[in-house]
Parts: sequence; C-alpha cells; structure tokens
Amino acid sequence: MTETSTPTGAQAHHQSVLDQGRFLIQHCPDCQKHVYFPRELCPHCGAAPLNWVAPTGHGTVYAVTTVRRKAEAGGDFNVCLVDLDEGVRLMSRVDNLAPQAVRIGQRVKARVQVNEGRGLVVFDAEKGDAA
Amino acid sequence: MSADLKALRGSAAIAGVATFGCGEAPGFTDMELLARSAHAAVTDAGLKMSDIDGLCTASGGATMWAMPVAEYLGIRPRYIDSTMIGGSSFIAHLLPAMQALRSGQCKAVLVCYGSAQRTASFGRKEVVASRKFLDPQPYETPYEPMLPPSAYALAASRHMHEFGTTRRQLAEVAVAARAWAGLNPEAFMRDPLSIDDVLNARMISDPLSVRDCCLVTDGGGAYVLVSAERAKDLPRKPVYVLGNATAVWHRQISSMHDLTVTSATESGREAFAMAGLSAKDMDMAQLYDAFTINTLLFLEDLGFCKKGEAGAFVENGAIGPGGRLAVNTNGGGLSCVHPGMYGIFALIEAVRQLRGDAGERQLKNPNTAVAHGNGGTLSSQSTAVLGTADTL
Repeated sequence: MTETSTPTGAQAHHQSVLDQGRFLIQHCPDCQKHVYFPRELCPHCGAAPLNWVAPTGHGTVYAVTTVRRKAEAGGDFNVCLVDLDEGVRLMSRVDNLAPQAVRIGQRVKARVQVNEGRGLVVFDAEKGDAA
Repeated sequence: MSADLKALRGSAAIAGVATFGCGEAPGFTDMELLARSAHAAVTDAGLKMSDIDGLCTASGGATMWAMPVAEYLGIRPRYIDSTMIGGSSFIAHLLPAMQALRSGQCKAVLVCYGSAQRTASFGRKEVVASRKFLDPQPYETPYEPMLPPSAYALAASRHMHEFGTTRRQLAEVAVAARAWAGLNPEAFMRDPLSIDDVLNARMISDPLSVRDCCLVTDGGGAYVLVSAERAKDLPRKPVYVLGNATAVWHRQISSMHDLTVTSATESGREAFAMAGLSAKDMDMAQLYDAFTINTLLFLEDLGFCKKGEAGAFVENGAIGPGGRLAVNTNGGGLSCVHPGMYGIFALIEAVRQLRGDAGERQLKNPNTAVAHGNGGTLSSQSTAVLGTADTL
C-alpha cells in the first residue's frame, strides 16, 4: 500500500473520517479539480489516485425541497443540494432553519453531525445571510 | 451523425402495439400483464408468437428479466436487449433493435413490459425499500429524500429560481394531461381537474403536490418492430422509426450538472438529426411526464421552446386538447397510466395517433411524432422520432 492510497475504498475511508467528526473531499493532482462524491478515479480526467483534502466548508444552496412527513413521524424536513466553494455539489440539509425558510442562494457552512458513531455532513445557514 | 446511422432512418417500422390492464389489474402478476400485452401486440402485427426472434424487455425488480420472459413466452430469441435505464428503456431499445433487423440477426423484435406495482403485495414501497440495499446511493439516502419525487422537486425549485417558473404553470401541465385523459377510456383518472385543484392538493415534496406527481398504476405494454420492407406486407399501417438516440449523464440527482438542463438536449439533437427533422416539424409530443416539471424540461430540451420559456409555453391550456401543441394525448403518466416505468406507453400512444386509432382524442391526420422517455431521477433520456409513410 503506497502512502497516497488509503487502506480501504474511497467510500469506507470517507465514512470512517466522517465518523471521527471530520469532512474530507477529494482533489485531483492531475487536473486540479475537486471531486465529490468520493471515488477511486477522477471523473474529470480519469487520473488516480485522488488526494483527500479538507474543504473550507462554505457553500451555497443550489436547489431546495421540503419533504412532507406526518407530524407523528417527525414532521416536514429540508433536503437541499449545496455547492461547496471548492466547486463540488452534495445532497444535504440545512439544520438551523425551519424547512420552509431554506432558500436557493443562501450561504451555508458545513458541520459534521455524529449520531450513534455515524458521521453525516449537514449545513447551517451562515449568520446574517438571509439570502 | 454518421452516414450509417442516417441510413437507418425509416429502415424499421412498428407493426403492432398493445396495452393490457392499465389502471388496476388485481390478481395479475408483472409477467401476466406483460404476456397479455405481448400476445395482443404480436396479434395486432398480424404475426404469431413463433415469428418473434428478437426480445427487448426490462424490469424494475428482476435483474435477469429477459430470461424468465423468454421462458414464459416460449420463444428462443436470436437477439436480446435487456438494457435497464429506467423508464426510458423501451424507447432506448429501438436503435439497437433497428441495427439487429438491418444486419439480419433477427426479423421481428418484441419490446414488452408489465408491472403490477399498484395492486401487487410487493409494490412500490417495498421496491423502494429493497433498492436501498440492491442499488445503494450512500451519499443521498442518509438525508431521506423521498425518491423519486424529491429529486424532481429539486429540479423544479431550480427552474423556478432561474426562470421565474410558477407552480401555476406546473399545474397547467397536470390540467392539460387530465383534459386529454377525459377523452381516453383507458385513462385511470378522468375526472375534471383545475389549476386550483393542483395548487391545493396535498404537498409531497415542495414545490410538487400529489397532482404534480404521476400515478401509481398497474399496466402492461408491448410493440413489435420489423423491417420497413416486411411492414408493408403486414395488416396495420406501419409507423416508421425516423430517429432514435439515448443519453445518460448521471444517476443521482446530486450529480446532475445543471438541474434545468437534461440529457434530452443530446438525445433529442441526435434523434432529430437522424430523422432530418426538428421539433417544429412534429405534429405531437408524447413526453415522459413522471412529474409536471418533466414536461417543461423536455419541451425546452427537445426544442419546442427556448430554455426557461416552457412555463409560458404551456399557459392557457396550450398543450391540452385544441391547444397549440398536442402533448401526452393519452393523459400521460400524470392521468393515464404509470406502472413504475411509463416510456413504452408514450411510444404506443404516438403509434396509435399516427395510425388514426386514438378514438375521441384522435388528432387530425398527424404524420410525425416525438416520443420521449426518461428514467431514474432525470438520469436517462431517450428520444424517438416517428412518422407515417408520408415522411419517408
């Protein structure tokens, strides 16, 4: 195993790092583009392996929906797509606003939420940003 | 566009079509719905099951579906295509089948589908649950999007944000589909539907209400493809395949580059290039309307209007009966039938219209149609351009 390679597949590595409370994305040493979701080769230029880097965590809401759910099952919740400033997109949710208050164009910041040992990337609307 | 592909234009024709069990078909399995449709389509083509030597089929559940279908129908196909790219599969099966007919590999291709997802005990809910294990999407599932509706809702939110598209304009699509369904005895939902009914319906995943979402029905559909020469000797008026192309750019909605531009831009461009025609030459559009936003996206991406202008394009009943463009004349997936995958029904409706078999909803002497399939979460797109003998 070389130092540039992780001892597991990209998916397991990403999750194990998340479970430790850290959010990493990938970066291609050849074409210099960031990559998300995690994978074994660069979808832009085909190079491998990719490096793991910590994003700034800052992003912008690209698309948004409120998934309707019965109150007894926990009520409505937000699902959105966020574009990180590094140029990658991921599905997530904005956690510190009511579902209906999440807006396209809103600036958000990533946070790793660990529940029963399992890490998940969620976002909070940045202070003072009303989009 | 290669010369070889262009030479395939009009080389094959749809000689038979059939549906069975559209709506609710309690007591039927997927396979039984498929088999009844298949037998009826082969009979419609003036052929016997023993004439079928090509088979195209796909299933939302069984991964090796072509094998039990061949077994059940008792055929030994020399050509098999079971490519499964969701609801567009049965339109995407066209071009490879045309090549197989052209090469002489086979002489009559049966394309068939059946699903009892509405009444089966292992229905849509169970299929969605099992897909989490069989077809995992680990970067989306933890956020619990209600798929597929939430993916289309995200696309709708972006279209509204970028172009000012309104929920009222989305509702126009559902209202037009229902108006067509009212003219189609096969349609599952035929009661009148108003824009306010759509706007006030129970929300599923904003901005989509339950009336912005397709039906969950049972149903089977099948068609038979033969060479253009052979079609002339068969009883039904042949409907020629003038162009077909397929494009896949992603699987997960989070991987879609621009949620307002689908790969129908590519499948449409290629299919129209093969046909030597464009959107303005089409007498109708049968578009895979799993959700109201689909129709808007495909009207734009196939060239019926400019990007961002489909909301205005569909206003005031423009795609309903008597409107400027006939869209989804059977009532579509929104009001006619949607048994898991709708694509084959869009194509069958185009054929029925081009043959003059559409009853009360029949268009006046149409010669051209586009039938467009979509699969996954705006993930796969396949466009077919069809025409009567006058277009050859």
